[in-house]
Amino acid sequence: MSTVGASWGRFPRAKQKVLAVQYRDQPIPHVNGYLLPYGNGRSYGDCCLNDGGTLLHTRKLDRFISFDPIQGVLRCEAGVLLSEILELCVAHGWFLPASPGTQYVTLGGAIANDVHGKNHHVAGTFGCHLMSFELLRSDGRRLLCTPREHPEWFAASIGGLGLTGLITWAEIQLKRIENPWLETQTHRFSNLDEFFSLSEISNRDYEYTVAWVDCAAEGKSLGRGLFMRGNHAPACAAVPRDYGRRQWAMPVSPPVSLITPLTLKAFNWLYYHRQRQPVTHALTHYVPYFYPLDSIRNWNLIYGPRGFLQYQCVIPPTTAQAGIAEIMGRVAASGRGSFLAVLKQFGDRPSPGLMSFPRPGTTLALDFPNAGESTFRLLSELDEVVANAGGAVYPAKDARMSGKHYKHYFPNWLKFQDFVDPKFSSSFWRRVME
Amino acid sequence: MRKVLIIGATSAIAEATARLFAVRGDELFLVARNPIRLEAIQKDLEIRGAHEVATAMLDINDLNRHAEVLDAAWSAMHEVDVVLIAHGTLPDQKACENSAALTLKEFNTNATSTIALLTLIANRLESQGKGTLAVISSVAGDRGRASNYIYGAAKAALTAFTSGLRQRLFRSGVTVITIKPGFVDTPMTSEFKKGLLWAAPAQIAKGIVKAIDRRQSVVYLPWFWRSIMFVIRHIPETLFVRIKL
Repeated sequence: MSTVGASWGRFPRAKQKVLAVQYRDQPIPHVNGYLLPYGNGRSYGDCCLNDGGTLLHTRKLDRFISFDPIQGVLRCEAGVLLSEILELCVAHGWFLPASPGTQYVTLGGAIANDVHGKNHHVAGTFGCHLMSFELLRSDGRRLLCTPREHPEWFAASIGGLGLTGLITWAEIQLKRIENPWLETQTHRFSNLDEFFSLSEISNRDYEYTVAWVDCAAEGKSLGRGLFMRGNHAPACAAVPRDYGRRQWAMPVSPPVSLITPLTLKAFNWLYYHRQRQPVTHALTHYVPYFYPLDSIRNWNLIYGPRGFLQYQCVIPPTTAQAGIAEIMGRVAASGRGSFLAVLKQFGDRPSPGLMSFPRPGTTLALDFPNAGESTFRLLSELDEVVANAGGAVYPAKDARMSGKHYKHYFPNWLKFQDFVDPKFSSSFWRRVME
Repeated sequence: MRKVLIIGATSAIAEATARLFAVRGDELFLVARNPIRLEAIQKDLEIRGAHEVATAMLDINDLNRHAEVLDAAWSAMHEVDVVLIAHGTLPDQKACENSAALTLKEFNTNATSTIALLTLIANRLESQGKGTLAVISSVAGDRGRASNYIYGAAKAALTAFTSGLRQRLFRSGVTVITIKPGFVDTPMTSEFKKGLLWAAPAQIAKGIVKAIDRRQSVVYLPWFWRSIMFVIRHIPETLFVRIKL
């Protein structure tokens, strides 16, 4: 079956065959051309696409294998969604040790992109909590990978973008919680300097920190926003029984992007001024706290048929303040600023992954409606800024960075090449290796 | 807590249905051919909350072992509240047209062997004096079509058989449900181009559990297939032979 597939950003499009893997004992199918494991398609750009090749659909590999509710160790197949893990574990008092901004990614995808979350400054990446997994190579070999067994394959596959083979199952160490709620605070800050000092203080006492930034604001207000920090609620907290679940959906893709310079400015202004007090406190359920965008199904359709481009970079601590200011300044000046701009300070806990994106420094995530040439030009400019500052751009969100920049950001690519399965490739990989 | 016996437990629809039972804390007895896959599903259902999960291997065409497997199920659970018959194959229609042996083999798997097993199960439920027997037939059994009539004929046999069984067992308090799914996105249909009429196994599973809870008789899944098949059944034969279906 041949399908026209798109990733979450709906750019680029790719034409590829799709084969579903139903059971973990199945061998890798023999096909002409390249294979690529595909989970739930939540990567933004082309690292989950395989134009002209075949996608190995892994969502049917969605069985739990073992769960120890005393130690919090869970082993399951790679196609299980993080939402399904949470559904099982939260009731037993366990939580994901690290979680991205959507719970609709597969376990395999979380490993292949070595995802991170609001607790990176204390917990590191998802890969830091991985105990073992099985890697199935196209030659039929099944490698049990742990930090001690096949450690080089363990390292290469964490953040390995699915290129080292098919991860069939994995085992993770969960984190203890007392209840599904978090004690949260939102601080208004009026510029970048305030963000950095708030971050500095908060990262000591708060497990989760992240900031939303108004990227339409310029000059004195450059980098103003809302800083959100929180901790899991203690056992003694009086928590509600449930939260108000609300599910919205984008019914169709509008013919043009609804995100324009005007709506953007208005939204950002309103969002910033929504909070009147400098600080607010709340008790928030984990679903709306960690996954606010999941409550709008298909929110990605808002950008219209041309899709959108995400841009996430990290700038090392020594150049962070200047680098982030320069990027935000260029984005604000371009007038095509981002609907959702997210700032966070990464910690220095190293990931076991050879090709992981997170590293000490400050990360900024932006999204841009695909307006063609001008968008690409702006992003290429940002690539230069990031490269000069000694930073990196996140492959899971990328659809356009040059091979030159990729190799500069990820100098381990040479070493990594030896671990790429000869039958595996992706649109992303061919693009940056050209 | 209910006690549920599932034949063909590694099929996608059966597995999705078993998960719904597991979440409710039911006790399960799973029967299928492949022991490795059976074990994978058993572990998964236990973690999802099933009270207990036991398994047995069976090739449905191995008629001599039917009684033995049912004995095992009944002795493990003492009483069985729900039996779900979910095994089946989708024959290669073109290959069957050129081979009587293959045609009979496929017909045996989907109809004859199933009827043999149903005969034994029906008697056990009858003597129990309670229980629900849900059998997955297909919309394909409503009318034979050129593209799929070996499968259709086997499912038509199941539909008629379960209809009669329903009438017979009604007196002893046993419910017999004929389940007729339309197009379902499963490994059995991986070669097909999917369109609007296709449903996911999880969606069909919900319909099956609902039908069992409500003790329905004949259910089309999803519901709109009842109207589609009504139209298809009522096309006059003179016209029907001229259209491609």
